[in-house]
Amino acid sequence: MTDSEILSVLHPDGTVDPLLDPGLPDPEMLSLYRHMVLLRAIDEKAVALQRSGRIGFFVPSTGQEACSIGAGHAVREGDWIFPAYRDHGVGLMRGYPLAALVGQILGNTADATRGRQMPNHWCDRSIRLVSVSSPVATQLPHAVGAAYAAKVRGERVAVLTTFGDGGTSTGDFHAAMNFTGVFRLPVVFFCENNRYAISLPVEHQTATGTLAEKALAYGLPGVRVDGNDVLAVRKVVGDAMERARAGEGGTLIEALTYRLGPHSTSDDPTVYRSEEEVAAWRGKDPIRRFAVFLKGRGLLEDPAAEEAGAKEAVRRAVEAAEGAPPVPLSSLFEDVYSEIPWHLAEQRDSLLSGKG
Amino acid sequence: MAEVTLIKAINDALATEMARDPSVCVLGEDVGRGGGVFRATEGLLRRFGPDRVIDTPLNEVGIVGMAIGMAMNGLRPVAEIEFSDFIYPAFDQIVSEMAKMRYRSAGQFTAAVVLRAPSGGGIRGGHYHSQSPEAYYIHTAGLVVVMPSTPSDAKGLLASAIRGEDPVIFLEPKALYRTVKGEVPQGEYLVPIGKGRIVRPGDDLTMITWGGMVPVAEKAAAAAAAEGVDVEIIDPRTLWPLDIGMIEASVNRTGRAVVLHEAPRTCGFGAEVAALIQERCFLHMKAPVARVTGFDTPFPYALEKSYLPDPERTLRAIHASMAF
Repeated sequence: MTDSEILSVLHPDGTVDPLLDPGLPDPEMLSLYRHMVLLRAIDEKAVALQRSGRIGFFVPSTGQEACSIGAGHAVREGDWIFPAYRDHGVGLMRGYPLAALVGQILGNTADATRGRQMPNHWCDRSIRLVSVSSPVATQLPHAVGAAYAAKVRGERVAVLTTFGDGGTSTGDFHAAMNFTGVFRLPVVFFCENNRYAISLPVEHQTATGTLAEKALAYGLPGVRVDGNDVLAVRKVVGDAMERARAGEGGTLIEALTYRLGPHSTSDDPTVYRSEEEVAAWRGKDPIRRFAVFLKGRGLLEDPAAEEAGAKEAVRRAVEAAEGAPPVPLSSLFEDVYSEIPWHLAEQRDSLLSGKG
Repeated sequence: MAEVTLIKAINDALATEMARDPSVCVLGEDVGRGGGVFRATEGLLRRFGPDRVIDTPLNEVGIVGMAIGMAMNGLRPVAEIEFSDFIYPAFDQIVSEMAKMRYRSAGQFTAAVVLRAPSGGGIRGGHYHSQSPEAYYIHTAGLVVVMPSTPSDAKGLLASAIRGEDPVIFLEPKALYRTVKGEVPQGEYLVPIGKGRIVRPGDDLTMITWGGMVPVAEKAAAAAAAEGVDVEIIDPRTLWPLDIGMIEASVNRTGRAVVLHEAPRTCGFGAEVAALIQERCFLHMKAPVARVTGFDTPFPYALEKSYLPDPERTLRAIHASMAF
């Protein structure tokens, strides 16, 4: 495959390819933009919280906002989301509240998951946003099972699962792609190729020229999209989700993007990549690119004001959630099983009595 | 009631639960057309169709991961792994995903999968068809671990596992699949999870054992009885959460305990049972808790009979405990 086969909608001059434009109404396009800006504001605040010791860890998605926001916008009521830890944008776009997201980062009683996991491991049953795992790509086979259940019940829904370039090397990727092909399941595999799996460049992850071509081995279509182009991502994921809902099976999408920040707050990317490379990608900033288009359409006047508003919203959400009480000690022993068995009851009582 | 084999009882439980609840599905390698490598799923494909009796590609990660997703989306999957020795590619899915889904989502998502796997030795299967991996799963927070030793327990426990809300590792003693027969109630039948069974009442010594070792314990107990030693045998049936109350009451009465299992000795489940007994029954004990187990070696092919505990080794442990 060649670069000419990378689907792109937004031109650098702010115009769009009329044949590929997903044709979203103006308020929807503004909503995409605002969620991208919000996502970046969350990153900035969360990294600052980590640096000041108020949270332990964070996985930023700066530079990849077009991927998760564009993909999240293609998810409909009834669809399922099995996300990777870097894809808070998918849930955010789908309706996962900012307050819930911030609560999860803080891990106190503002967290619906009771501080059970480190930041970035959120979930929300009400929008079928499934609990995130740290081991890479383990969610892909789960997407297969959820899709199987939907298919045998005759539901017209799609299942979106997201992962990175490193995820394509896992056995879970192989299993999930193969099962999806064999059972012709409505799973959309959205791979954000951000060029690095922590320190390892994608060229060292695979000998294939593209990640999309791996789909051929499983009897699925594989497509490539400009992952810094939110309208292109929306278009490609939307089409794949619609195919899935229509019973036409799964798709592998490779979105070409770049992680502008570190893998997580625990690594130093200057060790494994050059300043020049990062600077070049900073020039392809997905938010700025979309802003040029929106300004040209007359939908956006003041990007700086939008950014300031998002930062203020995040600041207020953190302020509100930081005051929540810590999770109660007894919750340590709950949700291990459907009921608390004798050994956990003994351990709980021992801890609570101060004798443990 | 009919006398049936343990494997027939498994098949009966699956068919009965599938007939009762349309959300129950079975999946795995060869479970449909093949009827299962041990015939546990024989006839299910014809009766319930391919949507519910799912022949999967050969991939344990895919089988377990798919079952987790099915469970999250309203089905009750019973996944079969052909031998418990083949389960390890899926270990991450079991330990970090299936077992933890309820906890990490604070109950928003659960993965009530039943994972069936033939376990244990006694079929001349060598290392890759004979291991007893129960301790790995008992050590994993969030899993229920079950191992029946009779046809009626196999049926009733499997049905309870399918109806339950927790993920279950359901280990089947393959050596007993066709070597034990017993009466099994027809139709819907449940044995509660977490309740042990007194296989043989006795007053002098408590033997705790499960799976393929239960008949070995019975032979050893019969030999001991001929010598005037009255052994009580407890089969916990559910290995975790263990019926500690039944064991505690028995050992407090007999003052002696022997734990018998096939799995290797070090960090085997017998070590935990022994620790629980000494924590709870110390002042009633007349002898240290003894262990009769497999060795800390890979499971051998040619020397299988020497590796597996037999009635003679078990009887020697009974003698040592009585003589202490």
